[in-house]
Amino acid sequence: MMIRLLALLLVLATPAKAEQIVLGLSRDRVAITATFEGSDILVFGAIKREAPIPSTGDLGVIVTVAGPDLPVTVRRKERRFGIWVNTDNVEVSAAPTFYAVASSGPMREVLRDVEDLRYRVTIPRAIRSVGAIVSDSPNFTEALIRIRAGQELYQVLEGSVDVEQETLFRTAITLPANLTEGDYVVRILLTRDGRVIDEYVATIPVQKVGLERWLYNLAHENAFLYGLMSLSIAIAAGWGASAAFSLLRR
Amino acid sequence: MLIYLPIAEVSVNAFLLLGLGGIVGVLSGMFGVGGGFLMTPLLFFIGIPPAVAVATEANQIVASSFSGVMAHFKRKTVDLKMGTVLLIGGLVGSALGILLFNYLRAMGQVDLLVKLCYVVFLGIIGGLMFFESLNAIRKSKKPGATATRRRHNWVHNLPFKMKFRVSGLYISVIPPILVGVLVGILAAIMGVGGGFIMVPAMIYLLGMPTKVVVGTSLFQIIFVTAFTTMLHATTNYTVDVVLAVLLLIGGVIGAQIGTRIGVKMKAEQLRILLAIMVLAVCGKLAFDLLVQPNELYSLGMEGHA
Repeated sequence: MMIRLLALLLVLATPAKAEQIVLGLSRDRVAITATFEGSDILVFGAIKREAPIPSTGDLGVIVTVAGPDLPVTVRRKERRFGIWVNTDNVEVSAAPTFYAVASSGPMREVLRDVEDLRYRVTIPRAIRSVGAIVSDSPNFTEALIRIRAGQELYQVLEGSVDVEQETLFRTAITLPANLTEGDYVVRILLTRDGRVIDEYVATIPVQKVGLERWLYNLAHENAFLYGLMSLSIAIAAGWGASAAFSLLRR
Repeated sequence: MLIYLPIAEVSVNAFLLLGLGGIVGVLSGMFGVGGGFLMTPLLFFIGIPPAVAVATEANQIVASSFSGVMAHFKRKTVDLKMGTVLLIGGLVGSALGILLFNYLRAMGQVDLLVKLCYVVFLGIIGGLMFFESLNAIRKSKKPGATATRRRHNWVHNLPFKMKFRVSGLYISVIPPILVGVLVGILAAIMGVGGGFIMVPAMIYLLGMPTKVVVGTSLFQIIFVTAFTTMLHATTNYTVDVVLAVLLLIGGVIGAQIGTRIGVKMKAEQLRILLAIMVLAVCGKLAFDLLVQPNELYSLGMEGHA
């Protein structure tokens, strides 16, 4: 009896969210095949609510897709003795290998700074830098963002999330061909008046498949055999071309 | 058509790779060089991570050198004895070179030292070869000129002499072994076959006839680069076989074409062309070192190919 009362109390005590995200994804995994040229992920869904739409505050939807975090070193060149040499460097302890952030409107309007800090939404917040030995380490972080944005690995897609009647939302994220394997985290944030009111997280595994996976595994697990295989292919090709040409000459 | 490379973890245009392999293969067949000193920087340029580029290039050099050497075997322009002596030195040198490389890596700044090595060696050798072959061409155009071969220099007074029939030489084994060691060290550090040093060394230091130099050099390169490939594959896991296959399809075909072109040309013409090519690569590398780059910052991934 007491246990049932306790259980009932607990159920009543959990706050029911006013607005919740319901998510759909166009693909639940990305398979890197031999002719992989990149991939599009369509992120869509709805906002579930029991009460009518609140009249105060603007609704905002933010979609982020993040690849695995890996450490990276950013180096800068300077002129020493007439030649350009790598001098200073900054070790970034964890930077996402891919990061796309899409929002339903300008970031400043959709998300407050304090929430950005807490949820690490924008790209500079998603990068964690440690032990900056040089005085102008922000330059290094900027450089990292600039270089990766050039490779389409960091994308800022303001205004690319379509929201219909504060109920349905939809956006497309393009993954480039140069992807790092791992679990990619898709995160949807629902904001009202810049404050986050709901968060939903899904995972999309990105993996090499088929021949690519087999070769990768062989190279790491059975390296000696892999090396011999590469050499045999090389020698066979050399021999083959030589034989083919002599045949052609006759 | 884009192909995804499993070890490099980038996608590149397959036709671009075939074309690059072909061009470098032609040069390989013509001059007896592996082509690494040209191909490795080109691979960096199209976005392959440096560690993978160096290791995979070693594999590709095995293929085009093998293809080229077959054609030379048929013409009997390979001095097996000399080649074996050179490659013994080469294997020793390669092992030493890798030790040196790891030591330099622990100190940092390997990148810079490698580039400086390239500029210095390519510059010296390219320059020397250029002037020598220019003189040779001038002399051969004058009427009544005789080919100056086998000048007896200090090299010919060293002990441990052996007969090298195909080259028509009777010289000490010490110079070939030393040349082999030097080439092996440089090959391990720079990720090249070493032909651009070995070919001039064989011509000028050992006094071998140019016709035999190309085939013998290719023969030696095969073994040293095969050794390097195995070391890279087993210690760093950086050989990308898909990249290698794409490069070597173009490469082996190119090497066959290159050999046939090389046979039809005069020795001095071959040398001056090689000299010009070496100087051009040296110039480009020196230019990159001296001129302010567009992007001052670069990324290095720790523990990632």
